[in-house]
Amino acid sequence: MEEKTLYELGSIYRDNMRVKGYIFGKGEKSACIVGATRGNEIQQVYMCSQLIKIFTQLEKLGKIQDGKSIMVVPTVNSYSMNIGKRFWSTDNTDINRMFPGYNLGETTQRIAAGVFESVNDYKYGIQFTSFYIQGNFIPHVRMMKTGFEDLDLARDFGLPYIYRRKPRPYDTTTLNYNWQLWKTKAFSVYTNATDSIDTVSAREAINSVLSFLNKNGIIDYKCHEGYISQLIEGDLLVNVKSFVSGILVVRSDANSSVKRGDLLAEILDPYTGRVLDEITSPVNGIVFFHANQPLIYSQTTLFKIIREDDLI
Amino acid sequence: MVSTIASVGLPIDETLMIKKNRLIPKEGLKGGEKRISIVTGTHGDELEGQYVCYELQRRIKESYDCLTGIADIYPALNPLGVDSITRGIPGFDLDMNRMFPGSGHNSMPEYITSQITNDLSGSDAVIDIHASNIYLKEIPQIRINEITRDTLVPYAKLLNVDYIWIHASATVLESTLAYSLNSIGTPTLVVEMGVGMRITKEYGDQLVDGIFCLMKELGIWQGKVIEPKKPIISEDGKVSFINANSAGVFVPLAEHWKNVKKGDPIGKILNPLTGEAAEEIFAQTDGIVFTLREYPIVSEGSLVARILS
Repeated sequence: MEEKTLYELGSIYRDNMRVKGYIFGKGEKSACIVGATRGNEIQQVYMCSQLIKIFTQLEKLGKIQDGKSIMVVPTVNSYSMNIGKRFWSTDNTDINRMFPGYNLGETTQRIAAGVFESVNDYKYGIQFTSFYIQGNFIPHVRMMKTGFEDLDLARDFGLPYIYRRKPRPYDTTTLNYNWQLWKTKAFSVYTNATDSIDTVSAREAINSVLSFLNKNGIIDYKCHEGYISQLIEGDLLVNVKSFVSGILVVRSDANSSVKRGDLLAEILDPYTGRVLDEITSPVNGIVFFHANQPLIYSQTTLFKIIREDDLI
Repeated sequence: MVSTIASVGLPIDETLMIKKNRLIPKEGLKGGEKRISIVTGTHGDELEGQYVCYELQRRIKESYDCLTGIADIYPALNPLGVDSITRGIPGFDLDMNRMFPGSGHNSMPEYITSQITNDLSGSDAVIDIHASNIYLKEIPQIRINEITRDTLVPYAKLLNVDYIWIHASATVLESTLAYSLNSIGTPTLVVEMGVGMRITKEYGDQLVDGIFCLMKELGIWQGKVIEPKKPIISEDGKVSFINANSAGVFVPLAEHWKNVKKGDPIGKILNPLTGEAAEEIFAQTDGIVFTLREYPIVSEGSLVARILS
């Protein structure tokens, strides 16, 4: 294993921020795995740390394939992690909205440029990332419909679902999008947690990455083949919104199979405990995502459901 | 008349309300009146537009007979942000000006932005007033995407600003309020001026004078107006950016909106721990300093000035 500082940022009163990469094997730049770009992506750093532990063992056993190399970048934003902020510690900008970066630009543009220069020539790029609404997902691999996405490769993760959606204007400055523009086959892997550690979904995501690397001849790792992944198109998910605000009590977890009319959640009056609304499923399907913050606004997405018909 | 254009229930006994005030001619509406909309407060820490909203209405009410069209005033598109000194939407940590035109089917921020877009749609002109962020001070200026220059520059010239910056189109900006409205045929001008979390009264007065000029042109105002300033109009190529290359405390040596010659000092970055200057910054070109750093602490890459050559 080689530990390499990919980018270093000075500060007047803090220790320097060092973006580190951990490199295994030698030769072709085969796969790069990037963890937290935001300061609250603790699960994402945890998953990278576990991968680094596994790759260290595999390297000792000679199970990184000859002529292949893997780099893991646990976080590009340790400054924000250390002070409990999601976005950049001083100006609150989002590093994952700064790619490909600009080395003469503003601070987060420079960080993005410094990181991108080190990660943009890998064959495969895998990012552990998080959603802007707090909640639980079925672990899945996510791709943007850029014309460069590769569905067959995404199946090599062996996760139950591949989620594909059209990029929006603000997606064009994410790491995933820019990887694709630079000809890296890019994937984002989502799990159940962000600012806490969920070991079960973390393990599932880690296994999926190992399975992907094994199937693509980068490591020699015997593992379960995983699922035959189901493609989910983003615009076919059924959004279930709140129409009142209050305390959210979720009754159907991610991955639950639900029938039309089944209870998904209740919204309670925070003062009296009265049930203000019972959220029921509008379709037969599987819960792909649910919000999990205890206080909920009205007009907010609470559930995203995969319609049963779309699974056939 | 004050009305609520969007509302969302908050969890504990509160409703988020986005309000506007509509001023119409004394004799009422006859149909066919032109409408100007003044919006601000998308970023909760940008307050320069607050004074403009007040002062514009004060002057209209002082000469109400001169109002011959509709003036819609939206002082706080992000009321939770204004209240909590938060740039984005609290609770989501999202930049509201990357969520337009919005959608009724997704999350709360997109629901709100869709309601705002619907309400502003059809205005004859929209003025979207931003301050700079808390880090930089800007002279009153209008920023126009190059793809809308033909429509918007004539309006912008009336607004009595010092500078019109025509910038290149960028995909990431397609989710701004201005882009979204312009793309559906509602002319929308973005004003940047002053500094975040502050009000610069002279800039506000200057812009209000200009808004009356535009209202007169549109047939919304029949009162006296000033002769607007002749702004400098430039494109990206004329603007040079100066970024810090060291962390430290920036102390300006140049003055805002003053000419500099190539090689003139712009400022120093100091290290108070060692008592040394970490960096001295000089103008790379002749020109005028139209953006100057206001907040002293800088990191590598922090913008300290922009010069228009």
